[in-house]
Amino acid sequence: MTLLPDRTEKKLGLVIDLDTCVGCHACVVSCKGWNTENYGAPLSDQDPYGADPSGTFLNRVHSYEVQPETGPAQLIHFPKSCLHCDDAPCATVCPTGASYKRVEDGIVLVNEADCIGCGLCAWACPYGAREMDAAEKVMKKCTLCVDRIYNDNLPEEDRVPACVRTCPSGARHFGDLGDPDSDVSQLVAARGGMDLMPELGTKPVNKYLPPRPKDGLDRDIDVLAPWLAPVAEDPKGFLGWLDRALGKIDGKTTGGR
Amino acid sequence: MAHRQPQIDLSPKVSDEVRKTTCYMCACRCGINVHMKDGRVAYIEGNRDHPVNKGVLCAKGSAGIMQVNAPSRLRAPLRRVGPRGSGEFEEITWDEALDLAVSWLEPIRKTAPEKLAFFTGRDQSQSFTSFWAQNFGTPNYAAHGGFCSVNMAAAGIYTMGGAFWEFGQPDWDHTKLFILFGVAEDHDSNPIKMGIGKIKARGAKVVGVNPIRTGYNAVADDWVGITPGTDGLLILSLIHVLMKAGKIDLDYLARYTNAPCLVIDNPGAADHGLLLRDDAGKTLVIDRANGEPMPFDRPGVRPDLGATYEVGGRTYRTVMAHMADKYLDPAYAPEAVADRCGVPAGKIRALAAEIARVAFDEAITLNQSWTDFRGETHATMTGRPVSFHAMRGISAHANGFQTARALHVLQILLGTVEVPGGFRFKPPYPKPPEAHPKPHCKSQPNAALNGPHLGFVHGPADLALKDDGSPARIDKAFTWENPMSAHGLMHMVISNAHSGDPYRIDTLFLYMANMSWNSSMNTRGVIDMLTDTDANGDYVIPRIIYSDAYSSEMVAYADLILPDTTYLERHDCISLLDRPICEADAAADAIRWPVVEPDRDVRGFQTVLVQLANRLKLPGFTDDAGQPKYEDYADYMIRHERRPGVGPLAGWRGNGDGEGRGAPNPDQLDRYIENGGFWVGHVPDGALYYKPWNTAYQDWAVQIGLYDAPLPYLFNLWCEPLRRFQLAAEGHGDRQPPDHLRARIKAAFDPLPIWYDTAPDNHGAEFTVTALTQRPMAMYHSWGTQNAWLRQIHGHNPLYVPTKIMREAGLEDGDWARVTSPHGAITVPVLEMAALNGNTVWTWNAIGKRKGAWALDEGAPEATKGFLLNHLIHELLPAKGDGLRWANSDPITGQAAWFDLKVRIERAEAPAESQPAFPPITSPVGKGPKDLKWKLGT
Repeated sequence: MTLLPDRTEKKLGLVIDLDTCVGCHACVVSCKGWNTENYGAPLSDQDPYGADPSGTFLNRVHSYEVQPETGPAQLIHFPKSCLHCDDAPCATVCPTGASYKRVEDGIVLVNEADCIGCGLCAWACPYGAREMDAAEKVMKKCTLCVDRIYNDNLPEEDRVPACVRTCPSGARHFGDLGDPDSDVSQLVAARGGMDLMPELGTKPVNKYLPPRPKDGLDRDIDVLAPWLAPVAEDPKGFLGWLDRALGKIDGKTTGGR
Repeated sequence: MAHRQPQIDLSPKVSDEVRKTTCYMCACRCGINVHMKDGRVAYIEGNRDHPVNKGVLCAKGSAGIMQVNAPSRLRAPLRRVGPRGSGEFEEITWDEALDLAVSWLEPIRKTAPEKLAFFTGRDQSQSFTSFWAQNFGTPNYAAHGGFCSVNMAAAGIYTMGGAFWEFGQPDWDHTKLFILFGVAEDHDSNPIKMGIGKIKARGAKVVGVNPIRTGYNAVADDWVGITPGTDGLLILSLIHVLMKAGKIDLDYLARYTNAPCLVIDNPGAADHGLLLRDDAGKTLVIDRANGEPMPFDRPGVRPDLGATYEVGGRTYRTVMAHMADKYLDPAYAPEAVADRCGVPAGKIRALAAEIARVAFDEAITLNQSWTDFRGETHATMTGRPVSFHAMRGISAHANGFQTARALHVLQILLGTVEVPGGFRFKPPYPKPPEAHPKPHCKSQPNAALNGPHLGFVHGPADLALKDDGSPARIDKAFTWENPMSAHGLMHMVISNAHSGDPYRIDTLFLYMANMSWNSSMNTRGVIDMLTDTDANGDYVIPRIIYSDAYSSEMVAYADLILPDTTYLERHDCISLLDRPICEADAAADAIRWPVVEPDRDVRGFQTVLVQLANRLKLPGFTDDAGQPKYEDYADYMIRHERRPGVGPLAGWRGNGDGEGRGAPNPDQLDRYIENGGFWVGHVPDGALYYKPWNTAYQDWAVQIGLYDAPLPYLFNLWCEPLRRFQLAAEGHGDRQPPDHLRARIKAAFDPLPIWYDTAPDNHGAEFTVTALTQRPMAMYHSWGTQNAWLRQIHGHNPLYVPTKIMREAGLEDGDWARVTSPHGAITVPVLEMAALNGNTVWTWNAIGKRKGAWALDEGAPEATKGFLLNHLIHELLPAKGDGLRWANSDPITGQAAWFDLKVRIERAEAPAESQPAFPPITSPVGKGPKDLKWKLGT
């Protein structure tokens, strides 16, 4: 049993916009690349060119079909990585103290030197956000790129997680969700950002912005109808309208004539 | 246990060095920062300063590291020792390889250069490879555009001097309504994602018109799940509704398009339906000031859209009047097209109304004065903030050219092209069709071709025909079967070469084109053609040379392999002479340079072409004494001049301060590397919009060498080149089509956009379901190896089947189905998908691999459960009973009609693996490792 800190100075985390995520997996692979080369053991791959390839990824994108009560089915892309929970069950379950939550910023990390690869934390995490590296036999998880966000060797603008830096559609945002005035907190407030499975009491730091309502075009046709009021029913009438309309344009001043 | 924290290093060293070059994992050509450790590639991220991606990078780009260490990489030149298709090769030296190639090519060049067919698939150096082919003297050169998106590109050039993607882009910063047609998660990749992100961030609207709701269409605020192949009909219905409501931009149409131009009315004569011109060849409009005909560009002229001009007993009417005749027809009313399009009439009206509302009620004005080509100065720039983008989905049909035309015409009617919030050209576009080369095909022994191979025809006189009227090119591009085939027809080369129609060739030379697998229709048939022998036991296609960096399926079918480098080990230029990477605000070009040296005996293909050219003493590459002009491709990039002072790279010319024009600068590549691998030249503020008519833009374009004189022009709602082919089909002129093609040319080459149904030719009554492919974003255009990281994301490609068909066929997830087309059958695993047009099935393209290729295990899911729809598609349409076989292509451009595929679906007992199954090929590179722990740092 490992204790969590009473409180953290910041709550660094991600805000992921499900209205904008196109499901391209850019974040998945950028994460794989950075974290293979950086914090702790590389993210290994087994049978990478074989019949059943599998590897360690700290961030994966799932796609779900949703059938609303009315309107066509929708497809929602759902990137998922560690949510850096305030009440992180993965940390408290750790028998060696290898899993811990940082006081400074709330990032949940695994100290690989102390990890015995027992897998209890992955079992305790309700989000399936931890992956045991099959080569190194240590637990791997999102570090929120703790080795980027404070890194003096990187230009200041690059001190964000690799997934945020690379996201082509700008669907991933990084910041302090403990500060109500931060950009990410403001975004969460404006867009109705949500916790993932709040009923579990894990108090995730990461937030998801829900998709905006879709497929409203047909429903608005009565409102839109005036824009389609006919000016003519046939070609002859159309040319008559054209003449009248052009007459109005001719009267308009359009510059230095 | 109490809370305790270890000390961790928050500022580890990231890398020894960052080398900035250009990605080649797809066709976007993003800027990348390659982090090096100990001289090796450690990590790849996007370059924040780069005009294309501004720092972001997609999954493919980040996975580039797995492309360099791929086990499928070829290691040295190979000479075939077993029969074709066996995969049995011996490694040879480069001297041996080049000698062998020259021993085949030199006699061809001295006797009949057309017997070399040189086609380059995913080539990003087409201005160079075409220059090589031109100097060799063969007329038979093209890249892969003919089986990709030539319909979109050609329709755009002919209609408005540019199309989507490389030609232009939505005004992402100002648009309020973005409508995406038929984009299969691809072209172009990162810029669309970035643009959608910008639109979403400010709450503007995205509409997706696509049978499949994945990717960009999944985040669209509204989805129009259209039946494939009917986009043109939907667009013409939108045009009907908008014209009828008067929601078109009359001022724009009158000033900047040929809508007010007069159409000759002279039934039965050779000029009927052409535009009335003055003696100087200028199209004529009626001036509203005095009712007199005037050349369109006369200063002060106010063109009248609705005028009639009566002279000599004839009445000439405007293009606009012809459009009213055509598009106000109730046949285009939403109610009339709804069932055919699979879109309710109410939704079509709602879409039209939303377009009208945003275009006209949310118009935007920028306080930026500008002067047009008639000399009139405008105090502001008005924008109609509706923008469109479309790509292969609407292109790859036999009605794709006219459909793409319809979309361009819709944008023009709204007045939303080259205005704030609309569609914006990227330099060197806009460029009118007349400013492009025409095709050249005059080939003679020991001489260069008489000009560039590919181009834009303006009538029958420009076709690539021999004196006897037979096709000059092996792919029959620019013939009556497909007169406006601006990108050639790579998909017809092997079948034509095999059948000796129009003639036999000696050597087929291919680059980066997997023609024995996913890049060909009728894959089994193509394999048979590549291995077929004549009565003497000789191969019907005598010699095949292939260049690739990886052990693709095509390697096994070549006689000589010239192994290429990866993109991180080579010089390349992304040139303004070619398919550039410009933005609407700037001209730009870029280089690749060897950020790592190859660890094996491979050479960049372009350098190999230079070496071949030098051995063959090709003009253009050698001087009068036969001495080489260029040592390698890098040398060519620096010193080649296409026109005096204009070369492959525009930046840092002359003494280093020349932009676009200037003498070759020996330090040019160093300047590019210092600048991050690219050059940007910004369009001046007053020249940012209205580019085709804006004198400030035109002058800037001349200054940096895009053109040599200003080229203002009108957009072509009425497309005269189409009408010239119709006139020929009606019997006018010396060059006449064969009789069997007359009716088709008369019908398809309408000078105004039309729609026709391609289902009947594909037996749509019997095969009622359309089968499509798209490439996943994480693999789009991703040639090369089956990447170790990416294949874990996309290693499977089930057939996605809509709920209704699943129920009808008694299918459940994981079942197998037999999918039958008029040409063939496959048996494949299925998965249900609801967010899909009810008569459409689809799968990811090119996931299926042949056993033995790509250094994959023979049990890899790509080889056991993966499959290609290509087996169901033939390069010819099903027989019609008229004794002829018609190409499965657009009759105007010859674009391969991949997406006209019609099938039916039945439940099947699960086979051991997807059918048809092919025997394995011997891998020339062995298999990949069992485990991968890739870490360079400690």
